[in-house]
Amino acid sequence: MELFHGVNVDWMGKAKYFVALSLLLLAVGWLSVYRTIVVKHSTLYGIDFRGGTLVYVRFAGKPPIDQIRKGLQQAGLPNSTIQGISDTRNISSQNDVVIGLEQAQGNESLDAGKQKILDVLHATFGTDSSGKPDFNSVTQPTLAADLTRKDSLLLGTNAGDRYNQLASRLTSARDTDHSGVVTSFDELKNVEGVTPAVISSLAGDYSLGNFAVRDAEIVGPKVGAQLRRQAFFATLYALGGMLVYIAFRFEWVYGAAAVIAVFHDVLITLGFFSLFHYEISLTVIAALLTLVGYSMNDTIVIFDRVRENLRLMRRESLTDIVNKSINQTLSRTILTSGLTFLTVLVLYVMGGEVLRAFSFAMVVGVVVGTYSSFGIAAPIVVLWNKYNGGQAATVRGRSAARIA
Amino acid sequence: MNSPLKWKFAFILAVLLVCIFGVIGVPTLPTSWAQVKDNLAKRIQLGLDLKGGSHLVLQVQLEEAIGQRCDEAVDDLTKQLHAKNIGAGEIRRVDDTHIMVRDVDSNASGGFGDLVSNQFTEWAMAPAAGEANGYLLTMKPSVVADLRQAAMNQTLETITRRINALGLTEPTIAFTGRSDDEILVQLPGVGDPTGAKSVIQAGGQLQLVRVADGPYPSEAEALAQHGGVLPAGTTIVPGKNESAVAGQPAGQVFYILDRAPIVTGQDLRSADANSSTEYPGQYEVDFKLSTAAAARFGPFTEAQAAIGGRMAVVLDRQVYEAATIQSRIEDSGRITGGFSQESAQNLALVLRAGALPASIKYLEERTVGPSLGADSIREGVRASVGSMIVVMIFLVFYYRLSGVNAVVALVLNLVILVAFLAYAGAVLTLPGIAGVILTIGMGVDSNVLVFERIREELRSGKVPAPAVDTGFDRAFLTIIDTHVTTVVSAIFLFLFGTGPVRGFAVTLVIGLIANVFTSIYVSRAIFDFHLSRMDRQAQLSI
Repeated sequence: MELFHGVNVDWMGKAKYFVALSLLLLAVGWLSVYRTIVVKHSTLYGIDFRGGTLVYVRFAGKPPIDQIRKGLQQAGLPNSTIQGISDTRNISSQNDVVIGLEQAQGNESLDAGKQKILDVLHATFGTDSSGKPDFNSVTQPTLAADLTRKDSLLLGTNAGDRYNQLASRLTSARDTDHSGVVTSFDELKNVEGVTPAVISSLAGDYSLGNFAVRDAEIVGPKVGAQLRRQAFFATLYALGGMLVYIAFRFEWVYGAAAVIAVFHDVLITLGFFSLFHYEISLTVIAALLTLVGYSMNDTIVIFDRVRENLRLMRRESLTDIVNKSINQTLSRTILTSGLTFLTVLVLYVMGGEVLRAFSFAMVVGVVVGTYSSFGIAAPIVVLWNKYNGGQAATVRGRSAARIA
Repeated sequence: MNSPLKWKFAFILAVLLVCIFGVIGVPTLPTSWAQVKDNLAKRIQLGLDLKGGSHLVLQVQLEEAIGQRCDEAVDDLTKQLHAKNIGAGEIRRVDDTHIMVRDVDSNASGGFGDLVSNQFTEWAMAPAAGEANGYLLTMKPSVVADLRQAAMNQTLETITRRINALGLTEPTIAFTGRSDDEILVQLPGVGDPTGAKSVIQAGGQLQLVRVADGPYPSEAEALAQHGGVLPAGTTIVPGKNESAVAGQPAGQVFYILDRAPIVTGQDLRSADANSSTEYPGQYEVDFKLSTAAAARFGPFTEAQAAIGGRMAVVLDRQVYEAATIQSRIEDSGRITGGFSQESAQNLALVLRAGALPASIKYLEERTVGPSLGADSIREGVRASVGSMIVVMIFLVFYYRLSGVNAVVALVLNLVILVAFLAYAGAVLTLPGIAGVILTIGMGVDSNVLVFERIREELRSGKVPAPAVDTGFDRAFLTIIDTHVTTVVSAIFLFLFGTGPVRGFAVTLVIGLIANVFTSIYVSRAIFDFHLSRMDRQAQLSI
């Protein structure tokens, strides 16, 4: 099977439309950035870069957001944000809540906000009236000690070891199979080694709290600023490194064009981030760098072909050669981009909440990165060549010499 | 099959076997599926974001260690000047690294200069601006740097000892590398870091000091009793003695203590938590002194007992207990103060592990619960496997037999990547999984580049063998260029990035190197094998 064979499109003739499209995409995204930062006095940064407190809680049922809000207000945290997010396995139910706090001012200890949030949650939803400890927050060693003390299986030899293993299986069933929240002790009856005696012993000793803390992050202001600076410079140096390598392998204008195109991709992706209300975290930086690598890859494939064709077609203009190179590699471009797009789309749909922002950046990035190779990078080389007529010869000469 | 091709396949097979062995064959050769899973779990180290646990970044308040050195120098200088009969109006610490000495006797300025240059070699002396006989001493930058380094090393060692004593599994304690005063502590499996944090943060500076006077209800009162000037060599320290002054809440009394302790935490031989015989239900920490310290302590307590002197147990600038010395004490003592069993055990642990040279502040605290990590692994792996399958089906559908070739190369690519992670003990994080996905993408691209090139050559009328030859040769340059560019950027990310970004860079670099091997060397070998068995003019399935 073959697709896109023998295509003959005048890509460079459409360059002005590409530029217009890019400007439009940039304008839409960055208007949204402007709105977020200047109009709403908000920020695009996630907790890693902004600092603050974030507590990610899973509830047994639909989270009582109003109750949480009331509790937080009474605890003196009126500026907290509460956001419901979809269950990663069951999109229709929204059992997870993210509670956020701005950076604490003054001399409070770093985790003061987190402690207050936990206190509110425990006071409002933690234990039932029986006062028994919560099975959903018990740790493996404590559970093992309790099981050994009760000895509901009447084990003689190695009781400690065997209860220790049973406790590990119980906590891991709770954490991996039930995402940290067990709603009824019967859910545990299929765990290896669990008998009705164990279940009734657990039910006698423990209550089932309505929530579990899945993740808590606190980033101090100094760290936020540090991470910001570091991510910025890491990206800058990475781009610089690529520029130097491409300039060395091709011509400096090719390196510059590739870097400008990649920069364009990053700007557009950031704009879309703002437009779809995603936050920039450390993982998103990894995604942006992935798309930088990907877009660069795409651009180099085309430039490589241009370099090769410059040797073969000495009579033709650079514009024709670039058009031809893009057409020749079009099949590969569409296949690779299509498959990569499919991969990141699967990741976006199936990858869960933690990878959501990352895969969103990739979904946007793959499309923009592919487009910028022929829409931005190639026209820059052609334009530069037009304004510096005759330079093509040196490009040809040098690359030919190097390949030979 | 010709001979060079045989060697190629032998090499590929060897690589494959070494990789598979590295992933699932260690530590014990598996005989069941459960053992395979067990080995895999042991060999692939997961990052905190996948395994769950606590991640803490703390900052050492290095100025404190430097300021302390400055205070010591001020004390020392005062003594030395006194001993040498050199008069000075004022000797004052300006900030952490500067000492101002004013109104030095004009006829003794030579002696003063000699003293500083001979005995205070850590300091640089210069005449103070706007002062007739004043001098400004500045701590030399090399000394400051050494002090900082020493304090960081000591803090790291102390925290390591304390955490090891807590008995947590596989903790990481290291410098962060992003700033010279930060330490990273990672505690896998610790869902609530509160206990560990307080053990790490405890100062642990124990002193046994002679009580000069007190207690007083306030600092002002203590000063007023001495006409506004403290006796030489003494200082005011708050205490939390419950009943010393009636009507005062605990912790609200003040003692006047000697500056110089008789015994410090470094003199301890052991420290243990025991239940209190005096206060049922409470715990205390009993300690024993080293022989050298006991030799000082015995005569001191004997002399004090004769005159009814008192001694205070001071922990981190806080008086825990002040009592009249009844008789000679040789080498043991205790700290009481209403401890619970846990807090007494933690204090004993901290005393055994040694004191921190400076206090610390937490900058970052992340706790990933085990359930979130488990979800992330499942979803990450499911998404990777899902997309791999989709991509493979497409490759076989689009390139037919050659597509099978690509699938073999992709799978081998992944196996090598995972094996490298196992052999190198690298840590797999969530961004690392992203790196794996990008590797798959680049692997697909390499194969597509080669296959499209071969198709082009076939279209131009070449027979399969030379078409494959040219296809690989032409695509080779492109593949090298794209891979080297990405590796260059990944190296910069590794050098200048932090945690998650680094994990991404590592998997990416390994994945790309494996990718060049599989999509060029392995894929080529399979093509050659296929070509050697088919007719020169026959159609290539691509």
